[in-house]
Order: sequence, then structure tokens, then C-alpha cells
Amino acid sequence: MLPEPAHPHGHGHVHHPALAHHFDNLAQQGEASTLGMWVFLVTEVLFFGGLFLVYLVYRSKYPEAFIAGSHELDVLLGGINTAVLITSSLTMALAVHAAQTGHRRTLMWLLVATMVLGAAFLGIKSVEYYHKFEEHHIPGPGFVFEKEHFANVQLFFSLYFLMTGLHALHMIIGLGIMTWMLVWSWRGIVTAEYYSPIEISGLYWHFVDIVWIFLFPLLYLLGRHG
Amino acid sequence: MASPTILIPPRHYLNDGYGVASWLLTRDHKRIALLYLAAVTFFFFVGGAFAVLIRLDLATPAGDLVSDETYNKLFTMHGVMMVFFFLIPAIPSVLGNFLVPIMIGAKDLAFPKLNLFSWYIYMVGGLFTLYALVTGGVDTGWTFYAPFSTVSSTTNVIPTALGIFITGFSSILTGLNFIVTIHRMRAPGMTWFRMPLFLWSTYATSLINVLGTPVIAITILLVAAERVFKFGFFNPALGGDPVLFQHLFWFYSHPAVYIMVLPAMGVISELVAAGCRKPVFGYPFVAFASLAIAVLGFLVWGHHMFVAGQSVYAALIFSILSFLVAIPSAVKVFNWTATMYRGAVSWDTPMLYAYGFIGLFTIGGLTGLFLAAVGLDVHVTDTYFIVAHFHYIMVGGTIMGYLGGLHYWWPKMSGRLYNEALAKLSAGIIFIGFNLTFFPQFVVGYLGMPRRYHSYPEEFQVLNVLSSAGASILGVGYLIPMIYLMWSLRYGRLAGSNPWGSVGLEWTTTSPPPTENFTETPIVTWNAYEYNAPVEGHVA
Repeated sequence: MLPEPAHPHGHGHVHHPALAHHFDNLAQQGEASTLGMWVFLVTEVLFFGGLFLVYLVYRSKYPEAFIAGSHELDVLLGGINTAVLITSSLTMALAVHAAQTGHRRTLMWLLVATMVLGAAFLGIKSVEYYHKFEEHHIPGPGFVFEKEHFANVQLFFSLYFLMTGLHALHMIIGLGIMTWMLVWSWRGIVTAEYYSPIEISGLYWHFVDIVWIFLFPLLYLLGRHG
Repeated sequence: MASPTILIPPRHYLNDGYGVASWLLTRDHKRIALLYLAAVTFFFFVGGAFAVLIRLDLATPAGDLVSDETYNKLFTMHGVMMVFFFLIPAIPSVLGNFLVPIMIGAKDLAFPKLNLFSWYIYMVGGLFTLYALVTGGVDTGWTFYAPFSTVSSTTNVIPTALGIFITGFSSILTGLNFIVTIHRMRAPGMTWFRMPLFLWSTYATSLINVLGTPVIAITILLVAAERVFKFGFFNPALGGDPVLFQHLFWFYSHPAVYIMVLPAMGVISELVAAGCRKPVFGYPFVAFASLAIAVLGFLVWGHHMFVAGQSVYAALIFSILSFLVAIPSAVKVFNWTATMYRGAVSWDTPMLYAYGFIGLFTIGGLTGLFLAAVGLDVHVTDTYFIVAHFHYIMVGGTIMGYLGGLHYWWPKMSGRLYNEALAKLSAGIIFIGFNLTFFPQFVVGYLGMPRRYHSYPEEFQVLNVLSSAGASILGVGYLIPMIYLMWSLRYGRLAGSNPWGSVGLEWTTTSPPPTENFTETPIVTWNAYEYNAPVEGHVA
């Protein structure tokens, strides 16, 4: 999705080095990559949408079991993680601004900050996963749950691990993209003229945050007032 | 038709670099189209080989050729290969890849590297699935219904499903590429309503690819998670709901039928206009019919589940919505027919396929109305009537469109003409073989022969032998084009830039086109299909 290296042309005039041969100008190229990322995010909405549908079906079918499962989750750690992610969206938005205005050092620091916050989220998430492992709340043959909702609480935890796991996978991919963008910024490929790589990486990052904004209340909070 | 002195252009995309790397690392959409052409042809013949074995087994009532387990694997692997690795990718990734940039006057798709990457994803998925099929196969049917697929089946469910999962990303990324390209890369003057109708149908198909494919992706992940980690999403023993699987599966897999047939409809619009030398009758209606099919296609999945324990109310709604899809489909058929009315109707090979498409798609579509009616559908559910119906759409529709398009644009792709007499002969053989294969299946299905059984009562043998005989004719029909198309690459007469005398940007550039498609970016001042009113400056 990222642009091609410039091709030598026979036109006799010099193109911007980031302009791919099949585009007329950087504006067209930037619009194309932004639209491409939006379309990709639409597919992501449908991808997670399938999971949310499965969640909603079983939540309405087994409300008590889902409330019981929800009570086992750590709202404090989940809440901290929500704050961490929202802050990372702020640093990401500021990074896009720094890229647009051509502040390379600021851009790099903000990318680093975004990555640190993303890594902190994953760290806290793995602590939560470890607690669930200790409490034998991993669905499957070793699952332990004393109450009467044994089977259906497994459904809750299956969904919990699949939904947060896929979200975490998207975070890891996001960290990879941020590393890539950091290298590009460091090498000076990203400029005030050519900042669309940072912009579309930012779109992706915000999308992954928004998924969590839906996951957190559905998994951690809804049951507590049910 | 062609100008008297035809020369092969000195510089074109086929001689712009030689050797394996110049193909496997190419970013040229035209070369990638040819990579797809080779790949989908391979998977088509793999899927076809399974069909041969199925029809051989069904030649006798006892099913003497293979065991029932093997038979289960054969129809599963036939379905998986044909649906996911041929019918869904064929027209978009071969003809779409080649034509979308040229038809809008662009140098390439918006994301050429992503386009090449899509081909690699497709190949990895295809080879992965092929490996799973060769090392034991899978017996769930291409529909992977739970809980059989998630709990009971002991065959290679996960590797097959993961192959489909991987290939899905190729569909998504190709669709994304087309959408962005059509939005952002059109040449000056190429407005939406000047675009050839093939682009409208490709655009509509891409919307389905982008919106539907992720849902099958997550469904496959759920099935895999259930098999590996013993989750219970679709397992009633653990509180799961098998019908939920069917909803998720058909939410993609019904629109997938339109992924297969919409691009073929786009091809037919081009063929009919060129073959009748007239503008397509009611252009905006045909264009919007594509979008209407894409939208309505997402709302009818429940008609696959009339016997799966849906509420009567849901069945009623899905039945009405399914009838509605017939409207835009019929708009297209009527408009093609109206285009032919008083047209200079040609009998060239592409037109033969267009006639075939219109006839077979109409039969497939009308029998689809039988199936949208709940009462009748309950009677024929899981019989050969269903098998015949969807083969009329998928084979009679999609493959007729694909072959017609391949013949129409072959001179553009290769720069050479194929043997017209052989091409007409094979088009005829395919049409006859197809009908002999699948028409008896309507009858035998209506009489009550269920699908997916490797033996059947003796009273059905005559119809099954007819069907098997037809399949062998059809197979011959598919092999002949392989031979004369390959032959034409070396020995065919030079085509020149516009052998059919067609309008459309693709015919204004050389055959084969240069790597950047046009030496100068075209400026479009005419509408699509201006056969009766050539515009100044337009090379017709």
C-alpha cells in the first residue's frame, strides 16, 4: 500500500522521489493511499463485526453466564489500559500534525511515545492473561468455574480471548508499522510534502484503539450493571 | 476489419523484460493478470479432475468407482477448488486486472505492489489448500457446516479452511485496489457515466469482496479455534449454536455468488455492445443494476436456511428479498436483448458466449425463483435441482462470461488472433455439453434424487448417464481453447490494435499494449459504446 520508489522517466523534468510513476502528482498519490486505508478499515470493521455479532447473540442467549464471566475480569487493569490507549491515540494524532508541519525530531519522539504506550498496553494485557491462566479460566478441558453457568461461561471466555487476542494481534502489527514509520522519519523519507505514510498509519492506529473502546465496555463493564 | 499493414509494436508489455524474475517480481497489472490466468487455469483443471471422478462414479447406481468416504471428499474438493480458487477470482483477477486501468486510461492500478502481493497470497492459499487436499482431503462439503466440521470430521478441515482464509485476503486486497483505482485514477474526462459497464460491475463486485470476505475470514477463524482449542461457538454440547455458523457462512457465501456472476455480467455488456455495434440499451439502468445486485445480495442469505430452523417470519422476509434480486438481474437480461434488437448482430466467438450466457443465466435465474419460494424450496432442498440451479449460474453464467471475455480481449492481451473456426466449434461443444450435463440434473432432482450421495436408486440411472456423458463433452470443450489459444501465441495472425472494430480506450492502444498502457494520457470526450456516432479524434 505504500508508494513505489520513483522510476527514472524520460520526461526531462524531476519528480519528487516518493512519487510513483503511475500517479500524476503527490496529491493524487496521497488521496489514493488514504482512500485505500479507509477501505481497508471498512474490511476490518466487518471482520471484527462478525465477532461482535457472535458476542451479542450469546450474550442475549446467556445473560447470567456472561455477567458471571464479566465479574471475573479486572476492571482496574482494563481501565488503565483504556487510558493508555486513548493517550497513544493523542500522541499519534500529534505525530501526524508534526509530520504535516515537517518537524522531524518531534515526529520521531511522538512515534516513540506511541510505541511505548502501545507496548505498555500489551504488557498489561499479558498480566491479565496470566491471571486468567492461573485461575484456570482458559476455555477447554482444563477450565474451572464453580458456578452453575460452567458451559456458558466458557463461551464468554472463548469470546474474551478471541476478541482481545485479535485486538492484541492488531496492536502488534501496529507496533511493526510504527517501527517502519520511525525508520522512514529518521531517514528523512517523510517530509512536509510527503506525509501520507504517517497519516494512513495513524488511521490504522486509531481504528485499533476504537475497537478496544467497544471491547472494554462489552467485556468488562456491561455485566456489572446487568 | 483490420488495417492493411499490421505490425507488432516494437515495445510492449510482453517484451519489456524477459526471464522468470521479470514476471515474478513484476508490478505491471497486465503481467499480473497473466500470472493469475495461469494460476486460475491450473486450479480450474484440478477442480475439473474431481468433477470427472464424481461423474464417473455416478454413471452407475451403486457408485462402483469410489467408496462413500472418498466420494464425500471428491465433491468437497471439487467445490472448494472451483468456488474459492477459480470462480471467485477468475474474472476480476484476470480480465479485471488487465482491463481496469486500461479502460479508465490509467497507467496501472493504484497499488501495483499490493496487486503483486495479492497474487502471492492467492498462490500461497491455493497451494496450502491443494496440499491439504492431496494429503488426505476433507469431507465436510464446501460449506463446512458445524458441528460436523468443528467436532466430528477427522479430515484436513483446518489446513483447507486456512487456505481459503489466506486466499480471502487476495480477494479483499484486489477489491480494495479496484475501488481506489476507479475512484482516483480515471483519465481526464472519464466520468463515472462514461465508464464501460464492465467497470461498474467490477466496482460492485469489489464492494462485495471488501464487505463480505472479512466475515467469512472471521467465521473460518472461529471454526479453527473451535477445532484447536475446543471452544464451543457452534457446538450445542457447549451451548453453541450451529445455525449461527450457517448465518455467518451464508452472509458471505451468498454474496459470493454475485462476486462470481457480476463480473461476468459486465463482460457480457461489453460483448453485446461490440457484437451488435450499438450502445448498451439503458446504460444507467444496467450500471445501477450492478450496484443493486451487490446491495440486495447481502440481504438474502437466509434462503439457504429455509429448512435450518429459521422462524417462519424470517423465512418469509428472506423469500421476498430473494425475489427482489430477480429485478436487477432481469433488467440486465432485458437490456442486453433490447441492445440486440435491430443491431448488427455478429456471430463471432465472443458473441456466441454472450448468447450462451444470456440463455443459461436466464434458466439459472428463473429456477432461482423456484428456490426463493419457501414451499417449493423445502421440496427440492438438498436435491440435484439445487445442484443444477447453481451450476447454471456459476458455470453457465460465470464461465461463459469468462471464456467470452477471454476470447474478446485475447487479441489485446496477446497481440494475436486465435483460430476462429475452432473457437466457434468449442463454444458450441461447451454449450451442448453444459446443457446435457446439467439439464437432466433439474429433472432428477425434482424427482427426488438427493445431492452428495455416491449411490442412487436404479430408476435415476438414465438421467445420470446423460449427465455424465454431457460432462465428458463439456470437458472436451474446455480443453480445445487451451490448445488453440496457446497455439495462437506463436502462430496466430497479428491482431492489430482493434481487430473487432470496437470502441473503448483499450482498443485505442496497441496490441499488446505498452507497459504504461498509453503513450499519452488519453483525454476522454465521448460516452461508452458510441458505435453509431463516432466522435472526432476517436480512433474507432
